[in-house]
Amino acid sequence: MTFIFELLIAFFLIVSGIFGFVGSFGMIKLKDPMSRLHAPTKATTLGVGGVLLASITHSVLLEGKLSLHELLITLFLFLTAPITALFIAKWHIHRHEQPSDLPDAGEDELWATHAVEQVEDVPDHSAN
Amino acid sequence: MIKLLHRIFPHPHLTILLTIVWVLLANKPSLNSLVFGLLLGVIIPFITQPYWPDRPKLRNWPMVIEYMLVVLWDIVIANITVARIILFKRDADRQPAFVSIPLELRTPEAITVLAGTITMTPGTVSCDLSAQGHNLLVHCLDAPNPEDVRDEIKHRYERRLKEIFE
Repeated sequence: MTFIFELLIAFFLIVSGIFGFVGSFGMIKLKDPMSRLHAPTKATTLGVGGVLLASITHSVLLEGKLSLHELLITLFLFLTAPITALFIAKWHIHRHEQPSDLPDAGEDELWATHAVEQVEDVPDHSAN
Repeated sequence: MIKLLHRIFPHPHLTILLTIVWVLLANKPSLNSLVFGLLLGVIIPFITQPYWPDRPKLRNWPMVIEYMLVVLWDIVIANITVARIILFKRDADRQPAFVSIPLELRTPEAITVLAGTITMTPGTVSCDLSAQGHNLLVHCLDAPNPEDVRDEIKHRYERRLKEIFE
C-alpha cells in the first residue's frame, strides 16, 4: 500500500517539476516581453500546486497527520501572482505602447495607464 | 442595533476567512489559535474599513462553488495548453494579440475577480482597465481569433460572476 502512495506522491512531484521547467524555459524561448509574462504566471499555479499536493498527500497518507498549511500557499499565490503580472503589464504599456497600438478602449477612449499620463499635472517642486 | 453591528463587523465574511487562515497557519487546531484568529478577524476588518467602504453581497452561493471548480479545471487545462505552445510551437508561428473586452460587470470586486481569473487561466493576462472601467485589456499568448477569446471569457467567467455579484 505504501508503494502506491509513494507512486502518487512521485507523480505529483514530477508534474510540478515539468511545469516548473516549462515556465522557466518559456522565459528564454518567448521573444516579446508581454508573452514572457505568460510563462511564469502559469508555472506558479500547476508547478507550485503539484508540490503542495505532494506535500499534503505525504503528510496525510504516510504520516497520518492532516496538514492544510499548503492550501494557504495556494491562496497567497492566487492573490499575489495576478497583481504582480498586472504591475509588469502596466509598466510595459506605460513605456512601450502608444494608444494607437492597443485595441479600442470602447466608450472610455483611453486605457487607464495612458489616461493617467494625459492628465498628469505634477507640481514642479524643483524650482524652490 | 443592526447599524452598530455593521460598524463593528463591516465584512463578516472577511472575519470568517481571516479566522480560518489564522487557524490554518497555526496548523494545529486549538482553542488558543481559534480565539486569536477570531480577534484578528474582528480587528483587521474594523481598522481597514475606510479603505473598503462597499459591502458587496454574494447572491448565489452554489454559483461561487461552481465558479471555483470551473476556474480550477481551467487552470489545469491552461497549463497544458501553454506548455504545448511553449515547447512545440515555433515562435514565429505564434500570434500574440491584445484583446479589448467590453465589461458588463460594474462592481469593482467582481471586476477584480474577473481580472485575476483571466491572468491565472488559458494563455491570457489581464493588462489594463479602460479609463472609466468599462473595458478590460487582455493579452493573449496565441490568439489566431481574438473574437473567440473575448466570447469565451464573457461566456465562461463574466456570466457566472454577474450572477454571483449583481
